[in-house]
Amino acid sequence: MNLPVIIKFVIDLLAVLLLALGIKGLSKVKSARDANRLAAFAMSLSVVGLLSYYLGTSGIAIQSWIWIIIGSIIGSLFGAILAKKVPMTSMPETVALFNGCGGMSSLLVALGVAIFPLSAGQENFDFFKSLINEVSISVSIFVGAITFTGSIVAMAKLQGWLSTPGWTQSKVRHFVNIVFAIASLIAFFDLINGNTSSIWLLVIVSSLLGIGVTLPIGGADMPVVISLLNSYSGIAAAAAGFVVDSQLLIVAGAMVGAAGLILTQVMCKGMNRSLVSVLFGGSLSAQSTASSGSGEYTNITSCSVEECALTLEAANKVIIVPGYGLAVAQAQHTLREVTKKLEQNGIEVVYAIHPVAGRMPGHMNVLLAEADVPYEQLKEMDVVNPDFPATDVVLVLGANDVVNPQAKNDSSSPLYGMPVLDVQEARTVFVIKRGMSAGYSGIKNDLFDLPNTSMVFGDAKKVLNDLIGELKDLGVGEK
Amino acid sequence: MSFVSLLWVLLLGSLLGLELIGKVPPTLHTPLMSGANAISGITMLAALTLIVKAEANVPLLIIGSVSLGFALFNVVGGFFVTDRMLAMFSRKPSNKK
Repeated sequence: MNLPVIIKFVIDLLAVLLLALGIKGLSKVKSARDANRLAAFAMSLSVVGLLSYYLGTSGIAIQSWIWIIIGSIIGSLFGAILAKKVPMTSMPETVALFNGCGGMSSLLVALGVAIFPLSAGQENFDFFKSLINEVSISVSIFVGAITFTGSIVAMAKLQGWLSTPGWTQSKVRHFVNIVFAIASLIAFFDLINGNTSSIWLLVIVSSLLGIGVTLPIGGADMPVVISLLNSYSGIAAAAAGFVVDSQLLIVAGAMVGAAGLILTQVMCKGMNRSLVSVLFGGSLSAQSTASSGSGEYTNITSCSVEECALTLEAANKVIIVPGYGLAVAQAQHTLREVTKKLEQNGIEVVYAIHPVAGRMPGHMNVLLAEADVPYEQLKEMDVVNPDFPATDVVLVLGANDVVNPQAKNDSSSPLYGMPVLDVQEARTVFVIKRGMSAGYSGIKNDLFDLPNTSMVFGDAKKVLNDLIGELKDLGVGEK
Repeated sequence: MSFVSLLWVLLLGSLLGLELIGKVPPTLHTPLMSGANAISGITMLAALTLIVKAEANVPLLIIGSVSLGFALFNVVGGFFVTDRMLAMFSRKPSNKK
């Protein structure tokens, strides 16, 4: 072993260690930020290791440097700008977009190697070795393409650029996707047989498969899909690692792939849905129109902000249930002002966080943290559920499906079995909502019909602002 | 490296990934996903390898460069976005009076 090989070996080992520590640290609140920086450092270290290895062995040609610099500058610049500019509410879409680009990168690497075989592999032709090469190229292209198109579709759906077309809910879609899957298999074997041109077929068909699988999935399930696609991009990276013979790539890719799978499973558990039903069950709302889940509201009580303020003033314990609507209205700071007033009045305020509130697990935590809500006031579902009967007022802000009692009572409901917050157990429930539209699942919410529920119609931010005014008039929180 | 040892690397890497995040508070799901996503941009190493080995093959250089751009978009954006999210958690103690 000569020096460059030893240096690269040591750096790679160190990078793997740091990446593992980074992922580990990201799972604890205290260490998360440092862990993220550690992982970023490990990534830069791995680049230094690779470049120093080539500098010490074959050398790096001038034109290579030029293209390296062009690619890095453009990619990093756009990434950094987007990361700085994007609002916190669009986090899920942003992660989906980044993820898709990671998949695209793996796809391009495999494509490049497939079209222009690297000189290193040609020297001593070995059937077994070339077979492995073809297989890893195909896997990298297949998974990379699915990751890319799937992530882009997921992003477009979350942004509202794409809705779920009706035809994708029919059984035909399974047939279409099976055709795509078979076609990719054919292209795969054709490619291994040495027919290089079928690589384009593989690219096209697996891209279509990514679209076909993601498009029918309802918005409520999108977080799971993004997490799964995140896992895929890890697998694509590992496959690319086989293509260019890099252990570091394989380890890192495999770690992300496995970690992504675990996270996906955690999310599925939170919604009480299996991965299979998320992927093949289609959108929830499409099922509910067929079942008894939908229907008209019969007993809606609407109330003014003033009444809401009066009830809040008299309360001892208030639980806030935030949802996606809060994020859309960007009302987290206004909410914080309201709760500050209540707290100053000696009212106990707690935030109930459903595991899948918002469009991503942890979405609400991030949002409320932005508004400086103390971490201790955020309670997880299992912790807070027994507290509802002893609670005077529940404020539901832009949450819908996660407070639907149907999930407990109505076995014919598509939501049945999903763990929900038992807000109806509280003395009074106020639902702040723009209109009577259904939640992301498209299912009627029985909560709104209950006698102890009052609807306060309006944009969350505006209602909360009005609420501050009313509380001020009542002298709440002023000494 | 032989294929078999690469498979071992794959296996052990996967097991490591499964072990690493046993218990994660829901708070950290989004940052963890985003951070893991940034790490999956490690394909930038593959793109770099491609560019270095392409020598004078211009189309391959371009493919490698575009691939590198996509990967770095993923890496740089991913880490920044994760940091932004996590900054909100760590900011609180200093604000408390």
